Amino acid sequence: MVRLPTCIEKEEYEKSLLEKKETGKPFDGDVSSDISVALAGNANVGKSVIFNYLTGSDQVVGNWPGKTVKRAEGNLNHHGQKIHIIDLPGIYSFSTFSMEEIVSREYIAHDKPDVVINVLDASVLERNLFFTLQLMEMDIPMVVCLNQMDIARQKGYHIDAKKLEKALGVPVVPTVAVTGKGLGKLIQKAIRVAKTQKHDYNVDYGGEVEKAIRNLSTFLESEKIDIGYSTRWVAIKLMENDPEINKLVQSKSVRAIQYANHVAFELEKIHDEPSFAIIASERYSLASKISAGAQKQKKFKMTLSERLDKILIHPVYGYFTSALVIIGLLVWTFVLGNFISELITNAMSFFQPVDPALSGPAIAVLWNGAFGGLVAGLTLIVPFVIPFYILLAYIQNSGLLTRVAFMMDSFMQKIGLHGKALIPLILGYGCSVPAIDSTRILETKRERLLAAFAITFAPCSARTIIILSLVAVFVSIWWALALYVLDLIIIFIMGKIALKAMPGEATGLIMEMHSLRIPSSSVILKDTWNRTKALAYMVFPVFIAGSALIQVFYVLGVLEPISSFMAPLTVGWLKLPLFAGVLLIVGVVRKEFVLVTLVSFVGTDLSVALNSTQFIVLALVGMLYLPCLSTFSILIKEFGLKAASAISAANLITAFLVGGIVAHALSLFL
Amino acid sequence: MSSKKHEIPLSENAEEYLEVLYKLSMVERPVKTTKISKTLDITPASVTEMIKKLQKRGYVEYLPYKGVTLTEEGYKIASNITRKHRLLERFLHDVLHIKKDRVHDQACEMEHSLSDDAERAMCQLLKQPDECPDDEELIPVCDFKFKTCEECRKRRHEEVNQVGKRDKNLVSITSMKRNEKGRVSFVRGDYKVIRRLMDMGITIGAEISVLEVAPFKGPVELLVRGSNLALGRDIAKNVFVEIIKDEAPETEGALSYG
Repeated sequence: MVRLPTCIEKEEYEKSLLEKKETGKPFDGDVSSDISVALAGNANVGKSVIFNYLTGSDQVVGNWPGKTVKRAEGNLNHHGQKIHIIDLPGIYSFSTFSMEEIVSREYIAHDKPDVVINVLDASVLERNLFFTLQLMEMDIPMVVCLNQMDIARQKGYHIDAKKLEKALGVPVVPTVAVTGKGLGKLIQKAIRVAKTQKHDYNVDYGGEVEKAIRNLSTFLESEKIDIGYSTRWVAIKLMENDPEINKLVQSKSVRAIQYANHVAFELEKIHDEPSFAIIASERYSLASKISAGAQKQKKFKMTLSERLDKILIHPVYGYFTSALVIIGLLVWTFVLGNFISELITNAMSFFQPVDPALSGPAIAVLWNGAFGGLVAGLTLIVPFVIPFYILLAYIQNSGLLTRVAFMMDSFMQKIGLHGKALIPLILGYGCSVPAIDSTRILETKRERLLAAFAITFAPCSARTIIILSLVAVFVSIWWALALYVLDLIIIFIMGKIALKAMPGEATGLIMEMHSLRIPSSSVILKDTWNRTKALAYMVFPVFIAGSALIQVFYVLGVLEPISSFMAPLTVGWLKLPLFAGVLLIVGVVRKEFVLVTLVSFVGTDLSVALNSTQFIVLALVGMLYLPCLSTFSILIKEFGLKAASAISAANLITAFLVGGIVAHALSLFL
Repeated sequence: MSSKKHEIPLSENAEEYLEVLYKLSMVERPVKTTKISKTLDITPASVTEMIKKLQKRGYVEYLPYKGVTLTEEGYKIASNITRKHRLLERFLHDVLHIKKDRVHDQACEMEHSLSDDAERAMCQLLKQPDECPDDEELIPVCDFKFKTCEECRKRRHEEVNQVGKRDKNLVSITSMKRNEKGRVSFVRGDYKVIRRLMDMGITIGAEISVLEVAPFKGPVELLVRGSNLALGRDIAKNVFVEIIKDEAPETEGALSYG
C-alpha cells in the first residue's frame, strides 16, 4: 500500500501537546456539570453564524495548541442549562493532510464533547453527507443541523427532514441560521441527545467493503485495541492506511496492521483502486442514495446567485468586476479612513510633543514616546483598518472573494501561489500583520512563506500614507500612482525570484464556490471586531514600546552619530539629506514615523527641506526597506528568526538598490 | 494501431495529419482545412485529398466549407500518437538532456515506431509527466484500462495487451467546453491530489459538468454532486473524463468525436 504523507505541522503540534500535558491543563475549563457541544461541518455552511447566534458576546477566539488553527469557543445559558460550545474548523474529511482535520478529530476523540452538531449546507446535501457519514463512523452522539434551507429552496430543492432523519438514524433539524430560524429547536435537540447519549447508527456501506470493515473490526476487538476512537472508525482508517492511526495501532499490535493490510489488499484486488478511494466511493454512493431519497428538485431554476456568477466569473467581464471589487475596497478604505482619521486627530489635538530640553528626559520618553505612539496608532491605524475590515468581511462572507480568487488564479500561479492566496495579499493592503497571519489558509509552509514574502512588499495603509503625504502632496498625484504601480511590479518580480529560490511543487487550487448571499450584519461586525482586536493586541505594544525607545535614543543623542554613519548610503547613494538616516531608523518601528519625525524636524512645509527627487526616493525607500517591527515579530512567530531575517534582508537590499537607481535616474530628468 | 480492423497500418504521413488535427481541434472544432494546410505547409488541394482518404477509412468526418472532425476511432489514434510524441520529447529533454528546441523534430521521427509497452515504461520512468517540455502542451492520457497511475505501477509485470485498452476515449477536463458533461474515469498524479479531490466529491465514476472556464490558463468551475467547485488548471488537466452526451443532440460546440 502507499504510504500517505503526513501533515507538515504535525511535529509542532505534537510538541505543543506535550507542553500542554506538562502544565496539566485540559482543553476546557470547569465544564464538569455543563454540557459541551462541538459544531462540525464543511467550510462555509454557516457554523460561525450559528456559533455567534448561540454564544452572543460570551466567546473567546484564540488558537489551538497547534498554533495555526483558529479556535473559537463560547458559552450559552439555555434556561439555566450551561452549555459550552466549540466551533471546530470547517473541514471535508478526517484525513491528516491539514491541521484543521487533525485538530478536529483529536478533539472529538479525546475531549469527547457530549454532542456534536453536524452543520450541513442543505443546498449541497450529497457532498455534505459525505462528512456526516464520517462523523457517524466515529460513533458519537450527534445532531444534524440542516442549515441554509432558504438557499436550498431557492435552488428548487425540497428536502424531507423526517426522511433524512430516518435514513441516517440521527435527529435532523432544518434551520436558516442567518435569521435564527430553527436554532432554538436545534439546541433543545442537542441537549436531549447530550443528556441521553443515545446513538445507534447503522451505517452500512454494503458488499465486500462492509464485510471487510466488519471483519477487521471484530479482529481489532479481539486484539483489545483501544486508542480512543471507535473500533469501526479505526478499522476504516487502517484500511485507508491513515499514517497516524497506523502508528498508534502498530505500537499496540503488529498483527492488527498485518491483518488490515491483508484486508485492504484483497479489496484493492477486486476494485483495482487504492483502498482509500474504494472507501471514499462507497461513502459517496451511500451519501448519494440517502440524499436522493430525502430530496426532490422541483424545477431547474436559475437562482440570482447563478445569474450573477454569469457576470462575476465571465471570461471577460469577470476581470472588470474583480478589479472593481479590489479598487472599491481600497477607495472605500482611504476615503472613509481619511475622514475618521481627521476626526480622531482633531479629538487628539491636545497632544503636543514637549521639548525634552525643558521637560527633562523622563517626561519626553513617556509623553512624546509612549503616549505619542498610542496617539499615532489611534490616528493612523484604527481609522483605516476598521473600514477595511468591515468591507472585507462583507466581500468574504458574501462569497464575492471566491469569485475574485477564481479570476485571479492564473496570475497568482505566476508567483507560485494559487487563487486563494489573494486573500492574504488583499489583506496586506490594510496591514501586513493580519495579512501574514491569514496566510494560514494556504496548504503548505512553502506557500505561506512565499505569500508572506510578497506581503512584506505590499503597500499597506502605512506605506500608502507615506506615498500620499510625501509624493502626492509635494510632487504630484501621478508620481504617487507611479510609485504604487512600481510597487506592484516589484512584488511580481520579487515573487518570481522567491519562487526560483524556493523551488517546489505548487498546490493547485481546489475551492468550493458557494452560492452568493447577503451576509448578516452580526457576522460582519463580529469578524471586524475580532480582527481589529487581534491587530490591536499585536501592534499597539510594539508601537508604544518602539516609540518610547526612539525617544530614549533621541534623549541620549545617539541618532546624530548614526545618521552620519549612514551618510555614504543616504547622502552618497540615495542623494537624500543627512537627517534621512534618522528617519529610516525610526521608520523601522512604524513606517508612518518617517513622516512624523520628518515633520518634527522641518515643520509641515516639507518642500523647504526636500526636492521632488528626494521626496520620491524617500517614499520609495521608506516603502520597501524593512518590514516594521510588528510585521517582523509576526514573521518570527510564524516562520522563525531565520526566515524573518532573510525576508528583511531581501527587503533592505531591494529598497536601496531600487532607491539608488531611481535617485540617479531622476536626477538626470528632474 | 487499430485493434479491431486488420488492415494496412496507417502511413506515417497519415499519422502526422491526425496529430495535427488533434492539436487544432483542441482550439476549435471542426477544424478548417485551410488551418491544416497552413500548419503542415502543404497546398490545400493535397490536404483535401488526404482528408478524403482518412474519411474513407473512418478516421475523420469532413464537411466541405465547414471543416474536419476526428471520429472516435480517429481521435484514439491521434491522441495516442500525440501522447507518444510528447512523452518522447520529455524523455529526450529530461533524460538525454537534449535542448528544448531540438526535441520536437527528433520526437516526430521516433513517435511512429514506439511500441505501447515502451510508451508505458517511459511514462513510468518519467513519473507520469503531464506536459511536454517545449510548448507546455498537455500529454494525453494513456489508452490502457487503468483508473490511476498507482494501478499501472502495481500491474507492471503485465504487458499492455493483457491489460487491455479503454472502451471509450478520455479527455482532460481542461479540454472540455462550457456545459459539457463527463464521467471521471482516470486521475493522473500522486495520492495527495487524488485524495483532496475525493474529499470534494470527485471520485472515479462521479459525474461532472463544466460551468465556466477562466481564460489565461485559469481555473475551471465544475458542478459535481450538487456543489460548485473551482479547480486550478494544474489539477483539472490531470482529471480525465468520458464525455456524456445529452439525449438531445447538441448542435454545435460540443465534443463530437463519434
